Amino acid sequence: QGIVLDFPGGKVAFTPEMRFISESPVERVHCYRVLNDNGQVIMSSKFKQVSEEIAVKMYSDMVTLQTMDSVFYEAQRQGRISFYATTIGEEAINIASAAALTIDDLVFPQYREPGVLLWRGFSLQEFANQCFGNKDDYGKGRQMPIHYGSNKHNYFTVAATIATQVPHAVGAAYSLKMDRKKACVITYFGDGGTSEGDFHAALNFAAVMEVPVIFFCRNNGWAISTPTSDQFRSDGVVVKGPAYGVRSIRVDGNDTLAIYTAVHAAREMAINENRPILIEALTYRVGHHSTSDDSTKYRPVDEIEWWRSARDPVARFRKWIESNGWWCSENESELRTSVRKQMLHAIQVAEKADKPPIGELFTDVYNVPPSNLCEQEKFLRETMKRHPQDYMPDVPV
Amino acid sequence: MATIVGAATALSASKSFDSRKLHLPSRGSLSVSERKGSFLVVRSDGSVVHKAHRAQKLITNAVATKADSSAASTAPKPGHELLLFEALREGLEEEMDRDPTVCVMGEDVGHYGGSYKVTKGLATKYGDLRVLDTPIAENSFTGMGIGAAMTGLRPIVEGMNMGFLLLAFNQISNNCGMLHYTSGGQFKIPIVIRGPGGVGRQLGAEHSQRLESYFQSIPGIQMVACSTPYNAKGLMKAAIRSENPVILFEHVLLYNLKERIPDEEYVCSLEEAEMVRPGEHVTILTYSRMRYHVMQAAKTLVNKGYDPEVIDIRSLKPFDLHTIGNSVKKTHRVLIVEECMRTGGIGASLTAAITENFNDYLDAPIICLSSQDVPTPYAGTLEEWTVVQPAQIVTAVEQLCQ
Repeated sequence: QGIVLDFPGGKVAFTPEMRFISESPVERVHCYRVLNDNGQVIMSSKFKQVSEEIAVKMYSDMVTLQTMDSVFYEAQRQGRISFYATTIGEEAINIASAAALTIDDLVFPQYREPGVLLWRGFSLQEFANQCFGNKDDYGKGRQMPIHYGSNKHNYFTVAATIATQVPHAVGAAYSLKMDRKKACVITYFGDGGTSEGDFHAALNFAAVMEVPVIFFCRNNGWAISTPTSDQFRSDGVVVKGPAYGVRSIRVDGNDTLAIYTAVHAAREMAINENRPILIEALTYRVGHHSTSDDSTKYRPVDEIEWWRSARDPVARFRKWIESNGWWCSENESELRTSVRKQMLHAIQVAEKADKPPIGELFTDVYNVPPSNLCEQEKFLRETMKRHPQDYMPDVPV
Repeated sequence: MATIVGAATALSASKSFDSRKLHLPSRGSLSVSERKGSFLVVRSDGSVVHKAHRAQKLITNAVATKADSSAASTAPKPGHELLLFEALREGLEEEMDRDPTVCVMGEDVGHYGGSYKVTKGLATKYGDLRVLDTPIAENSFTGMGIGAAMTGLRPIVEGMNMGFLLLAFNQISNNCGMLHYTSGGQFKIPIVIRGPGGVGRQLGAEHSQRLESYFQSIPGIQMVACSTPYNAKGLMKAAIRSENPVILFEHVLLYNLKERIPDEEYVCSLEEAEMVRPGEHVTILTYSRMRYHVMQAAKTLVNKGYDPEVIDIRSLKPFDLHTIGNSVKKTHRVLIVEECMRTGGIGASLTAAITENFNDYLDAPIICLSSQDVPTPYAGTLEEWTVVQPAQIVTAVEQLCQ
């Protein structure tokens, strides 16, 4: 007893007892929560205070996100855009985490975090432009809808590949550390994304290199049709952090104040201590995976409806701001009507706008188009001129 | 900018050369950080841009390790001698001195100095953050490099062996080559991905991969292959300065080549091929290690009365069809000698490109000599025959010139 030996890796105490560490804990890691289901602060809860201004902006943005989602979803169903994925049920995650950061913090999203961009000032029109892929889209019509990107908002363009952004975030944090900037990086991914190799290596690297990055996992229970029970057998994602030497916390993903407090604290630790933090937010993906999915095929409709109404994070937060006297039902109807109107207008404008011109097919592959691409463009233009009836008239040349 | 009339459009603009600012340093000194503004942009055949052609410095030796023993007694030559891996390091070091955003990441690149010593001493000089040892996860540290590049750094990612970068294919194809385009030009990725590849000395199949054939389709990346200490240093510097992602292919067997390179700073053009030996009878296109097999065969061919023109294509993506085309128009016969596998190799693409563009100038079908479509065996005898040998090159030229 008490004998300690040095192996590579440090001192280890010996034990004569052969004991295997259990594969599952006696009790799951506890979940940090501030507001109960009725939007009341739980007695003993400690949280970061928010001003009325911030709280009302958070709530308005959550409503805007909800409304934007429903209008775009309808537009897709009407055939006006080809694809959409909603964030329903995860509005608190989106907005509260964004609110706890500054504009200098870099965001590497997966694809269910448009709310972060919304908080930072991306307009409804800018969202619509990207979804319609018109000439005003910052991505120049090159990506599917919801694959937003904006360098001026420090929001890195969404790539469809799962979890590839997680190592990118670590590289960006490495860059911030080198420049000694007082900022951090945040990257988002779902429960499914944590199965990818990139997730594990990125956490490992971040810990070894001691860089300021927040790993935010939206554990919403589903990866398309795969429930978390088929995704991993660990106690969720939070336990994976310590395995890599990363400080971690589990929070209620539908609790605006809990997320705000946790991300705020994570940011301080990341920047002041140069360390990565893992946050697992437990939530539920109320919408389908995307417009290409019908989730009623693999989960009960009443389960979906229960989470949509009884566990709605937006309603829960509204109860709290109302209890503070910062919001009332007039504000509510006014806001929803106004946002919906703005959304419909944005869609109209985006739909009417020209698509990107043909030349944009060949630019930005490199910094300057090389000769083979110039040739290919020339060939395409000649073909279009020779067969104008085969090409859509609304594509500008 | 190193351009000639009608040359392939240079993908990255280099600073223009002003000869008045160039001061030739004394023999011993290496010009590094002092001369930030002025440097030579030397074209691939050794001549200086904007001026009348100087005496051409052509590689006439088949293998550069042969010192110029006959000329040893004459006046000491300018420049300094070094090995290829040292040339790579020198280029890397000069760029790290010049630009604080240049950094290196890879396995064992730090205090260990890299498996092939390309980064030796750099961690001590620049610190272990700028020369970063990564855990073993190629896809992820390549991803890290991409994230760092998007945020203003200029990382050089080293694959310990090119073959390991197969693990990084997702990041290279889906992110590295793509994000500049899909972001509408908002985020750029000035990353360099480099490492040794090719068939070595009995390293086994997994360590003898030739990835240039797999990567050549990826839009958005450039690929170059170095073959001499001179172009290794020049291409390393050009790759680092390029705003586009560049993959620099080195060869395991060429790291110890010795050559005398200039003391003054120079950068090679990423998109240009190198004229190794001008000739009239046949155009031989090659790159990397096969250049030396070709030059060995060239000696035999010259003895037999042939006059081959040897071009080291260097730029694997895009091809320098200007230099290649001029050669084809002159000789009308083409032989491609490569180390890639036959199917889907660089030679296959090059054959297609030449046929499409210069078919009228060809007097005979293009012959392409490549490795067979087999994994590289370990046994020395078998390995030797999986790589194109000089004797085969001689036979092919004789066949072409019939």
